[in-house]
Amino acid sequence: MSDGSMTIDAAVVPARTARRTQPAHGSRRTYAAYALVTPAAALMLVMLLGPLAGVIALSFTDYQLGAPHFSWIGLANYQDLFADKVFWTALRNTLTYVVIVVPGAVVAGLAIALLIQSGTSLRSLYRTIYFLPVMATLIAMAVVWEFMLHPQFGLVNGLLRNAGLPAFAWLQDRSTALYALCAIGIWQAVGFNMVLFLAGLVSIPKQLYEAAEIDGASSGWARFRLVTWPMLGPVTTFVVVISGIRSFQVFDTVHVLTKGGPSKSTEVLIHTMYTEGFEFFRSGYAAAITVVFLVFVLALTLIKSRLADRGVHYT
Amino acid sequence: MSNAHSIPFRAILRHLLLIVGASIMLAPFIWMISTASKPQTEVFSSELHLIPHQFALWDNLREAFAKANLLRFLLNGVIVTVSIFVLQVMVALPAAYALAKLRFLGRETLFALVLFGILIPPQATAIPVFLLLHEVGLLDSYAALVLPFTISVFGIFLMRQFFKTVPDDLVDAARMDGISEFGIVWRVMLPAAIPAVTAFGIFSVVAHWNDYFWPLIVLNSEQLRTPPLAVAHFRNNEAGTSYGPLMAAAMVIIAPLVIAFLFAQRRFIEGITLTGIK
Repeated sequence: MSDGSMTIDAAVVPARTARRTQPAHGSRRTYAAYALVTPAAALMLVMLLGPLAGVIALSFTDYQLGAPHFSWIGLANYQDLFADKVFWTALRNTLTYVVIVVPGAVVAGLAIALLIQSGTSLRSLYRTIYFLPVMATLIAMAVVWEFMLHPQFGLVNGLLRNAGLPAFAWLQDRSTALYALCAIGIWQAVGFNMVLFLAGLVSIPKQLYEAAEIDGASSGWARFRLVTWPMLGPVTTFVVVISGIRSFQVFDTVHVLTKGGPSKSTEVLIHTMYTEGFEFFRSGYAAAITVVFLVFVLALTLIKSRLADRGVHYT
Repeated sequence: MSNAHSIPFRAILRHLLLIVGASIMLAPFIWMISTASKPQTEVFSSELHLIPHQFALWDNLREAFAKANLLRFLLNGVIVTVSIFVLQVMVALPAAYALAKLRFLGRETLFALVLFGILIPPQATAIPVFLLLHEVGLLDSYAALVLPFTISVFGIFLMRQFFKTVPDDLVDAARMDGISEFGIVWRVMLPAAIPAVTAFGIFSVVAHWNDYFWPLIVLNSEQLRTPPLAVAHFRNNEAGTSYGPLMAAAMVIIAPLVIAFLFAQRRFIEGITLTGIK
């Protein structure tokens, strides 16, 4: 969003030289500036940048919490990681989760936003309902979903039985567990995407639709294809990347509902990192997993800024 | 079909689709309330019914409060989220003001680091921060829940953007009146930035009230549990036996935010959109 404005702000450097001509004010104000930024800068170093460097450094050690010594072991953690079947399973599951949840939550979010915006009645009621899952504590709702997916007494199987369809042991069956988690993930993310799309729709100038109509785009589909979709381009890119980054972080539902099971069918990266780092205290190994996770998230962010730069040309 | 007919038809189709979607979105909430209102015998019946034959919500709530110290956990949630937010503002606001309105050596570097910091997902720093807290003996305390989040680079970024729009004349006038730079932050900029601070506050409170990952890592003691941890523990202890009280507990845990949201949904949605876009 604001990537554009940042570069503009960075260009206001010359103003600094002008201020230098008033040393008395300038220097006192400079001291004040340092005093004002010091707490933030110090905390950033201790809680954010230091730990980031720390996690990369740790990934080259065999450090275990409670062990008296540790040594530098180079790439050994990464070699172990890439030789570990669980890691590949976790990576594959994470990617499967992302590949299902992102399109699901983006397409549904867009469809709902278009439906809400295409009429005038009950807009705010629908918006509130669809946004509700974003507000509700995911862990509490995961517990509710678990009961809804209960093999015998759950709502989902009850409805399936009433419709004469076969029932499943959703979270206990390795062929369905990951997909059940994906469904919960989509349910939770849709409202957030919908709101971003609504904001994007509102900002499309009405004249564009009128112009399209004059040019013969009379059907709703033609107007969508010629005006709405291109104008939503930057918002869509943003929503896709944000959904991707969030899906990569999937942990809460896995930890409470499946613990990565049955037989690793729902093991995901952050859950593996949690188990290794905070249950077995193999800090070095867990740090290596974190670095792999970081690489994926940063790659997504890079793609986003690349696409956002391109988007600037036609907005 | 004539035009006069097609318009109501489209409106009906719109509502139909939205209502089907809305009932899927609401289903877990409705099922939660329904189950929380049923006695054990009705919860474990394979026959589906929404309205309980025998209304047992109060019993289930009473049992939930008896089995888990829910009030304490809600209070923990309030203590943690409010402390985080207040400290975030105290740290971020002065820095944002300096980055927006003052000139000093290293300003560009600091701002670049702020932008870089926004990219770092919270899980990435968990292991070193955990080791640090372990080293200084702060694990399993309120401090462990609050300290790592006192710095919000996103808050700095958001408020800096907002301060950029405050006219320099206002700041200069305050200086003429003899107000110090510290005074300007709290007496001039903070009042001007209330909309941004509110939006950030909503974002911060929602994120930390609902956070599960970090409290799970640093906490052991029962009396420090935050609301999401409380639900997870309740579920582990009562797994498969008392769904009624479990659903009642889930209701209690989501209630504060959901009720606040229902009362001020416009503000919440605007706040989340404004701050969620990074």
